[in-house]
Amino acid sequence: MSQGALYGLLTEFESPSLLLEAAAKVRDQGFRKWDVHTPFPVHGMDDAMGIRGTRLPWIILAGGLTGLAAATAMQWWMNAIDYPFVISGKPLFGLPANIPIMFELTVLFSAFATFFGMWGLNGMPRWYNPLLTNRRFRRATQDRFFIVIEARDPAFKLDQTREFLASLGGSEVEEVHESAED
Amino acid sequence: MKAAATDYLNNTADDPTRPQQLILGNNDFTTITEKVSDIVLERKTPLAWYVAFTFTAGLTAILFLMIGYLILTGVGVWGLNNPVGWGWAIVNFVFWVGIGHAGTLISAILFLLRQKWRTSINRFAEAMTIFAVICAGIFPGIHVGRVWVVWWLFPIPNFQHMWPNFRSPLLWDVFAVGTYATVSLLFWYTGMVPDLATLRDRAKGKLQQIIYGILSLGWVGSHRHWHRYEKAYLILAGLATPLVLSVHSVVSFDFATAQLPGWHTTIFPPYFVAGAVFSGFAMVGTLLIPARQFFGLKEIISLHHLENMNKIILATGSMVGFAYATEFFIAWYGGNPTEGFTFVNRAFGPYAWAYWIMVTCNVITPQLFWFKKLRTSIPVMWILYIFVNIGMWFERFVITVTSLSRDFLPSSWAYYRPTIVDILTFLGSWGLFFTLVLLFIRFLPMVAMAEVKTVMPMADPHSGERHIVGDYHGDIPEEIRKKGVK
Repeated sequence: MSQGALYGLLTEFESPSLLLEAAAKVRDQGFRKWDVHTPFPVHGMDDAMGIRGTRLPWIILAGGLTGLAAATAMQWWMNAIDYPFVISGKPLFGLPANIPIMFELTVLFSAFATFFGMWGLNGMPRWYNPLLTNRRFRRATQDRFFIVIEARDPAFKLDQTREFLASLGGSEVEEVHESAED
Repeated sequence: MKAAATDYLNNTADDPTRPQQLILGNNDFTTITEKVSDIVLERKTPLAWYVAFTFTAGLTAILFLMIGYLILTGVGVWGLNNPVGWGWAIVNFVFWVGIGHAGTLISAILFLLRQKWRTSINRFAEAMTIFAVICAGIFPGIHVGRVWVVWWLFPIPNFQHMWPNFRSPLLWDVFAVGTYATVSLLFWYTGMVPDLATLRDRAKGKLQQIIYGILSLGWVGSHRHWHRYEKAYLILAGLATPLVLSVHSVVSFDFATAQLPGWHTTIFPPYFVAGAVFSGFAMVGTLLIPARQFFGLKEIISLHHLENMNKIILATGSMVGFAYATEFFIAWYGGNPTEGFTFVNRAFGPYAWAYWIMVTCNVITPQLFWFKKLRTSIPVMWILYIFVNIGMWFERFVITVTSLSRDFLPSSWAYYRPTIVDILTFLGSWGLFFTLVLLFIRFLPMVAMAEVKTVMPMADPHSGERHIVGDYHGDIPEEIRKKGVK
């Protein structure tokens, strides 16, 4: 039925509390290429999986500073250097009149950095995912909780890993292949 | 006292010993998913939807006809006259931008304040924000007169070697509204991706699978993704919070930086923001009540949610009333005769009818929400929402037109009247708004399923059999925490 190389093994849980407990066990076995899949973010899972903080906020800070610098430079160069004209006696470049656009572009660039940075770090868009060939896995976005250990994990040994996953108390362990007939 | 059959839908009791459930009935993750996604995927589109869509699409067509007529003829087709050079176009613009504010308030500010009840209504409110901003954006685009040079608003290099004037509040507006629309869209879409993935995984038709598959970007609910996603969502909320307060502040600068009495006042930014939230919540309610009724979402969007919204309407409506009073006080206390005249003229001059509609709808009728019976009654609140919508449109009309029609020079005073083109253009913008809302209801998940699931009791890993001491989120069950120490 299935074809292609082995992608990994999955097992399914019915509730967040069972999943959280199982995830901590997988973490303690020293696996690296593994993940849990849930319909919503489960609180406490970061620690249970041993995920460290993301560098996303730094990307956003860089985005925001770029926006601020761009807004300042643009207003100064366009209104004070390249095309200077006096209107209602206002200075060519002065902070009070130029702050609103500095603020707006800071927010705009930060938001773009957040949006593209987050999807980029998550490796998305990703149009094909072997997991989605598994019918049961489709409930990961609805009402079921999954643990997947990938075959490329250095600690992955098919029989032992299968046995370990089965011991976690989830459903029957299933193989997922790189490509499969639906 | 009440019938038991309907009683479970009433979760508005104020008894602190009986904490109120946000999601009623025997719902779990499965039923929430089904109830929300079946509206899009399974249910046959009701006939009423087609009827409503035909009507609103017709109004939208009128909007574009009127815009075409305006561009081909000129702004003379509107009721503008010599002192009143800014009429319904700016009134409608401010009205629609204001409507949008509730969406961002619900999605961003209530998120930062950890108001869990927002999860049932935030998707809908954010969608409304975007549609309202689209309607708003049309008016400054067409009111510039020579529409074909509207690109002068943007800093685009051009053959005349001219740049826009960044010291003008009208240009701040371009950036403020542009940023607001963009950030709202990013926030809305980011929040929707997990739900679009749910639709992808439940869709049966090939076309649906492909479209929702593309839109959901390959989301598989990975916790490594959720981890960054939650961080990004929190930061977007943090960015949207000052943004939403700034947008209507900047819109108010259009007026406040002018020299005209009645406009030249420092109270405008906070007063505009309060009014915007006020009108926006009323609009969310106007749309939500029929939607929850029609699509059987009463357990998810409960009476408790509506009551909370009504409390916000009461608070912001009172702020607006306080701002009206402060304006009058300052007009008298400031001792400027022109300013004093403007306010007396607003209340008792030729536009007194508009002024008193505004006061009635914005200040007086929302006070009824002090009474629990009234703020938990669906018909009463819906009627009051309509009143607020009317009142807030008139607020912008009163501000714009009364100050212009009687300015410093009595010999140039004139009375402003809209033409049929003004009226049809405004009605057309309602058509566009409702057309977009109907399309949203039909094709996108109108409740944020993933977020609603997080506030359900069974989403808490400490619920049920593994109950432990310490009930705040992020707390790890003790046995797991101990094993985590290496």
